[in-house]
Amino acid sequence: MVGITAFGAYVPRLRLNRQAVYEANKWFAPGLRGQAKGERSMANWDEDSITMAVEAARDCLNGTDPKSLKNLYFASTTHPFKDRQNAAVIGTALTVEQGLMAADIGGSQKAGTSALIAGLNAAGSGAATMVAAADKRLARVASATELQYGDGAAALMLGTDNVIAKLLGTRSVSMDFVDHFRGDESDFDYGWEERWIRDEGYAKIVPPAIKDALQAFGLKGADITHFIMPSLMGAVPKQMAKMSGIAETAVRDLLNATLGDTGSAHALVMLVDALETAKPGDKILVVGFGQGVDIIALEVTAEIGKLSKRLGLSGWLARRKEEKNYLKFLAFNEMLPLDKGMRAEFDKKTALSVLWRKRDMIYGLVGGKCRVCGTIQFPRAQICVNPNCHAMDSQDDYPMAGLEASIMSFTADSLTYSPEPPAYYGMITFPEGGRFTADFTDCDKEQVKVGTKMRMTFRIRDNDTMRGGFKRYFWKAAPA
Amino acid sequence: MAKGIKDKVAILGMGCSKFGERWDSGAEELMVEAFKECVADAGIDMKQIQAAWFSTAIDEVHVGKSGVPLSVTLRLPNIPVTHVENFCASGTEAFRGACYAVASGAADFALALGVEKLKDTGYGGLPGGRGGPLQALWNANGTAPGNFAQLASAYMATHNVKYDDLKRAIAHVSWKSHQNGAKNAKAHLQKAVDMDTILNAPMIAAPLGLFDCCGVSDGAAAAIVTTPEIAKSLGKHDLISVKALQLAVSNGSESGHNSWDGSYLHTTRIASKRAYEEAGIKNPRDEVSMFEVHDCFSVTELVTMEDLHISETGKGWKDVLDGFYDADGKIPCQIDGGLKCFGHPIGASGLRMLYEMYLQLQGKAGPRQLKDPRIGMTHNLGGLPRENVSSVSIIGRLDA
Repeated sequence: MVGITAFGAYVPRLRLNRQAVYEANKWFAPGLRGQAKGERSMANWDEDSITMAVEAARDCLNGTDPKSLKNLYFASTTHPFKDRQNAAVIGTALTVEQGLMAADIGGSQKAGTSALIAGLNAAGSGAATMVAAADKRLARVASATELQYGDGAAALMLGTDNVIAKLLGTRSVSMDFVDHFRGDESDFDYGWEERWIRDEGYAKIVPPAIKDALQAFGLKGADITHFIMPSLMGAVPKQMAKMSGIAETAVRDLLNATLGDTGSAHALVMLVDALETAKPGDKILVVGFGQGVDIIALEVTAEIGKLSKRLGLSGWLARRKEEKNYLKFLAFNEMLPLDKGMRAEFDKKTALSVLWRKRDMIYGLVGGKCRVCGTIQFPRAQICVNPNCHAMDSQDDYPMAGLEASIMSFTADSLTYSPEPPAYYGMITFPEGGRFTADFTDCDKEQVKVGTKMRMTFRIRDNDTMRGGFKRYFWKAAPA
Repeated sequence: MAKGIKDKVAILGMGCSKFGERWDSGAEELMVEAFKECVADAGIDMKQIQAAWFSTAIDEVHVGKSGVPLSVTLRLPNIPVTHVENFCASGTEAFRGACYAVASGAADFALALGVEKLKDTGYGGLPGGRGGPLQALWNANGTAPGNFAQLASAYMATHNVKYDDLKRAIAHVSWKSHQNGAKNAKAHLQKAVDMDTILNAPMIAAPLGLFDCCGVSDGAAAAIVTTPEIAKSLGKHDLISVKALQLAVSNGSESGHNSWDGSYLHTTRIASKRAYEEAGIKNPRDEVSMFEVHDCFSVTELVTMEDLHISETGKGWKDVLDGFYDADGKIPCQIDGGLKCFGHPIGASGLRMLYEMYLQLQGKAGPRQLKDPRIGMTHNLGGLPRENVSSVSIIGRLDA
């Protein structure tokens, strides 16, 4: 039996108030008024699809050792790198390299479901497989998609042991139906008329595919407990369900009010949402639409009750901070040419040879533990840092990304360049040993004080725009 | 411990340029300005100088590397010139090199000259982005004020000091230096400011406001040293001699081992102990007449006065508020205005501190002259609280 063995999700802390966006843009686009409700997730300036996927993957692993991972698929339409495997960055951040097959899957809104199908196929042989999906799509100012999109990620662990949702079957149709596209000369989507997409696209492609799939799986529409189908058009999933004999009560909420549409990740995000409350025996139908359709049917097993508690989608959704500053949203997405000052001009060139040598330190936050005195330290060094030890070549690897730290000293720096001044940083100490001076992220002034417990999070440190956008990633500390 | 160099080296002459935003001068002009005063004061011909140490810390924004810029600018007679850099303590390093040359007998006359020309970058504050390729991948996005500001948060937490008390104490540190700097014609900032202005200034890096941070200045300072015997043979009297030169450098324990609480300067505690021992000082609170310490930020001066073993640990803020370090206090600190007001041209600062001591000990400090000082101590710190070099010098009257 192959299926899902664990799930995780990630939603950035900031939630952009849609009314605030509308207020800023209504002089130009008064027609958006109807959508000016609720909020959408908004990545911090130091987040992208890779960092969000790492967080979702960590939520999914929930402390279990990732070393046994054999396959890692990363779905997105906003991979930060066109040529440099994005999935491999995630693997290195999870400290998995050896024996890992990593692949990026993109190019369509159904990339998430396609990655899930590929992952399920790979996991059928018993190999531990992870599928992560994340998207952080840009939208034009005063567009409807600016309100509809959200940033987020999901991750699923697939395998044959301890399956919480077993696979009943998959079916795909692939065809070049272009409801929208994003060419390689644009940051933005270009879409066709919604009525045409609904009548000629969804209505003619999806129901026949569902019918064929249910038949192949030996199911009826009425058997489906959770119907998961992302769409920017809120009525479409209900319409598809009705046309397929699936109860309207089975149609899962699109999470528009609290999150927005997370693009190629959204089918998996909604799947995590469903799994969080699903009962053994529930049957789930996941539909991914875009240049055809992917259909995945799953049945929840009794194992779901044994899955360890994790933040999941609901947990991350609950960790929210409302953002009403639309200009900040534009600035974070580099859509507002702020006067950043000369301190923003410092060269961010990365020595790739150094990054390679130190990748476990930089991407894995792997420190050292001295075999002689037991001192944990970061970075790992050839000579132990303990003033009463100083043993040489005595350290074993000691991963620290999963450990909780606390603030020893801090500041709020208004002099240094930061996309969101003041820059909070300070020395953090790990209770078992080890410390370093870390940038803080996702924090408010009141939270930053001596003793505050912090969790480590994988973030963008710098973006080398002089060389086409090489993102430097490292770990930052955020209030736990 | 080795015997040390107490009274083996005398200061023959010193010079110091006007500090400030010297839009009129490059590093070369500043070097000559300080050197002219220095060599005239020493009363020797520059051709008698046998070795030189040249300090700059951020040379990439002005003269560039090596000893060549000093040699070329002063047209030195092809003598050895060594460029030294040890963060903001570079100036004292140049002095240490020159003193060791004389103490060892390798040179009869040695020159130490430090310079920094910082105001050609186009922006305020120190130039940034100078770390190596690995540091660039993980060091926090910090500045000097942000890293020193952390001393304040850890100090308050460690010693249970209230924010308002700490803020008032560090404001008093800067208030006092502005009072003193107003009497110094060579100082960058020569204006006294009131406590309210200091307390209400914009934040640079919390809790440090604008007036908690020293100026970024252009300037140069120089010293010519020789042996007391040679100085006497040149007809000099009332000699000022070197009592101690000590340097302690972090080895990573503060930044990487959980034994440091972040509230003090570990290296300063070590360097000052060694210096008192070298100078034969048993009770510094009674024996030292005056201090020039590294007040790059007000809070640095506050904790330094504890780390120099003058104020009790955790109680220094009370001494500060009691006026212990004011011009009319028990031990005046920063009588020339300090880094805060005299200014902080990095490579020159250690020598500038010694320059003030040298003037005071000779009774030549003009309107800010202290009454009968005998022993002066400088503290020149480079780097960040978690990783630094701490340089301590004690000079005094040869007969003290």
